[in-house]
Amino acid sequence: MRLKVNIGNLEFKNPVFVASGTFGFGKEYSQYVDLNKLGAIMVKGLTLNPKEGNPPPRIYETPSGILNSVGLQNPGVDGFLKDELPFLKKFDTKIIVNIAGETIEEFVTMAQKLDIDGVHALELNVSCPNVKEGGMAFGVNPNSIYEITKRVKYVTDKTVIVKLTPNVADIKIYAKAAEDGGADAVSLINTITGMVVDINSKRPIFKNIFAGLSGPAVKPIALKHVYEAKKAVSIPVIGMGGISSAEDAIEFMIVGATAVAIGTYNFINPTCTMDILEGIKKYMNENNVSDINQIINSINV
Amino acid sequence: MKHTIIRNDEIKSGVFRMEFHFEDIPMPGQFVMIDCGGRTLLKRPFSICDYNEGKMTVMYQVRGKGTYNLSKIKVNDEIDVTGPHGHGFDIFDKFNNILVVGGGIGIPPLLFLSKKLKSKNINIVLGFRSDAFLIDEFSKYGNVLVTTEDGSYGMKGYVTDAMKEIINEADIIYGCGPKPMLNAIKDISEKYKIPCQISVEERMGCGIGACMTCACKTLAEDGYHYKKVCKDGPVFWAKEVVF
Ligand SMILES: Cc1cc2nc3c(=O)[nH]c(=O)nc-3n(C[C@H](O)[C@H](O)[C@H](O)COP(=O)(O)OP(=O)(O)OC[C@H]3O[C@@H](n4cnc5c(N)ncnc54)[C@H](O)[C@@H]3O)c2cc1C
Ligand SMILES: Cc1cc2nc3c(=O)[nH]c(=O)nc-3n(C[C@H](O)[C@H](O)[C@H](O)COP(=O)(O)O)c2cc1C
Ligand code: FES
Repeated sequence: MRLKVNIGNLEFKNPVFVASGTFGFGKEYSQYVDLNKLGAIMVKGLTLNPKEGNPPPRIYETPSGILNSVGLQNPGVDGFLKDELPFLKKFDTKIIVNIAGETIEEFVTMAQKLDIDGVHALELNVSCPNVKEGGMAFGVNPNSIYEITKRVKYVTDKTVIVKLTPNVADIKIYAKAAEDGGADAVSLINTITGMVVDINSKRPIFKNIFAGLSGPAVKPIALKHVYEAKKAVSIPVIGMGGISSAEDAIEFMIVGATAVAIGTYNFINPTCTMDILEGIKKYMNENNVSDINQIINSINV
Repeated sequence: MKHTIIRNDEIKSGVFRMEFHFEDIPMPGQFVMIDCGGRTLLKRPFSICDYNEGKMTVMYQVRGKGTYNLSKIKVNDEIDVTGPHGHGFDIFDKFNNILVVGGGIGIPPLLFLSKKLKSKNINIVLGFRSDAFLIDEFSKYGNVLVTTEDGSYGMKGYVTDAMKEIINEADIIYGCGPKPMLNAIKDISEKYKIPCQISVEERMGCGIGACMTCACKTLAEDGYHYKKVCKDGPVFWAKEVVF
């Protein structure tokens, strides 16, 4: 049975990844999951300098989902290289580093700093809804996506993935902008903006008013965006948003995802990625699929 | 991992004591994450109230749908629990005089702490709005002073009033309770220059240190730093916490 998939110049041992920001830098979950068994780890979003993030509360449960407003708290690129990468290097999996510049120049500087051994790919986060500088402000503008992708591609030979926001009217334009900029793949969806109000104080729960929705509640929306993005581009698509089971993962692959990433569901079941991988194998067995690539983009419309 | 319920009793209106089988031995101040079932998604954090030969006790107050679901769980049912998580209370052999201060549904972890303290002189101050609970259990491990806001039990007033009478004896203070109480305990510890550890609460996602959602503002050299309640805490030195 062949589980390997290719994205950019990389071959992944299987298509089950973990989504940025939900899996830290791998250390914590390594007591629950054999990291060697993951297709890739998409690490927490990094900024050029360490970032403290937003004041609490930062999380709120909604029906079948969560809203988060972490605001990219992270140790910065240098902190990552010094304190986190050495641990990740010990594992036989691919490390995808999620970077979130506040300016185009910061994206370029980070890409240069990360052009080293142990980092396999960069995921350009132009879609974080919880920060004031950069983030989603870039991701809702096709010209910015194009420009950032092109500038980063110019300084690195690493595989470059552009992470898209679903908070746009027509995802196809944004996926295409990434492809035109030279991206090796697009990943989607980042969280959907939402809000929640305390009815006693009549104040928003979150200091930033808006936060990002993820988890099972967003899956149908995410699936639609992946389907549409795949129709617009010829580069691979990495699908995510609400995946909680092998069936969910297979759905994403059928509509065009070359790989999938699991985010919020790691919180609910820390070993869910292993269950999902096993479930995919079982599906392949039962349906006489010898190569996972046969499933990708196999939708009958 | 599935854990079988041994008991789940309402010990006073809206407050439950739940015991279940659990293998991993916890330290006082640590917590577990419990899948409350029903239509909840995230596991909920609960402090460990007691641990005895493979049996763990937590106490919880019904607040929302998660704790409501928990209250309906029956003996021999199974629940999904992870843990023990977090950094608990530090116990120091050098201290003979201990002051334990708790309020309301913040007192459960202090029971497990009091049980583990080996010091000679342990004073325990427990504050409640009205109905007091767990007083007999605490009395096994130290000298208990109770305050209630309505005066229905013990001294009428707040824990801080009761603390003042015995504060001079204390080498260290341990606290857990609502935020305003923790803030008041911190102020007293600073005024009397007594080391103080407090257990704080914040909403959690993963519970293991990966998602950065459980931020607690702490002092740092260059201003402040958000630490993780689930991993750096839930117990912090009071002097580093910024309320
Ligand atoms: C380290 C730690 C230890 C705790 N120990 C205990 C304990 O021993 N006994 C006990 O009764 N409670 C404890 N709590 C609080 C407990 O986790 C919440 O009461 C519970 O999550 C509420 O769930 P719910 O679904 O019933 O309420 P929800 O409907 O989710 O919310 C009801 C209210 O509970 C509070 N709350 C919700 N989620 C959390 C959360 N993750 N952390 C803190 N507060 C929250 C909010 O103020 C909210 O308004 C602890 C919390 C933490 C962080
Ligand atoms: C707590 C939390 C933190 C996140 N942090 C990041 C981040 O740093 N960078 C990023 O690109 N996406 C981040 N995301 C978005 C996820 O990577 C993912 O795109 C989204 O949550 C949808 O997937 P899910 O429904 O499986 O969680 C975060 C999501 C959550 C819930
Ligand atoms: S709850 Fe995820 S880091 Fe604390």
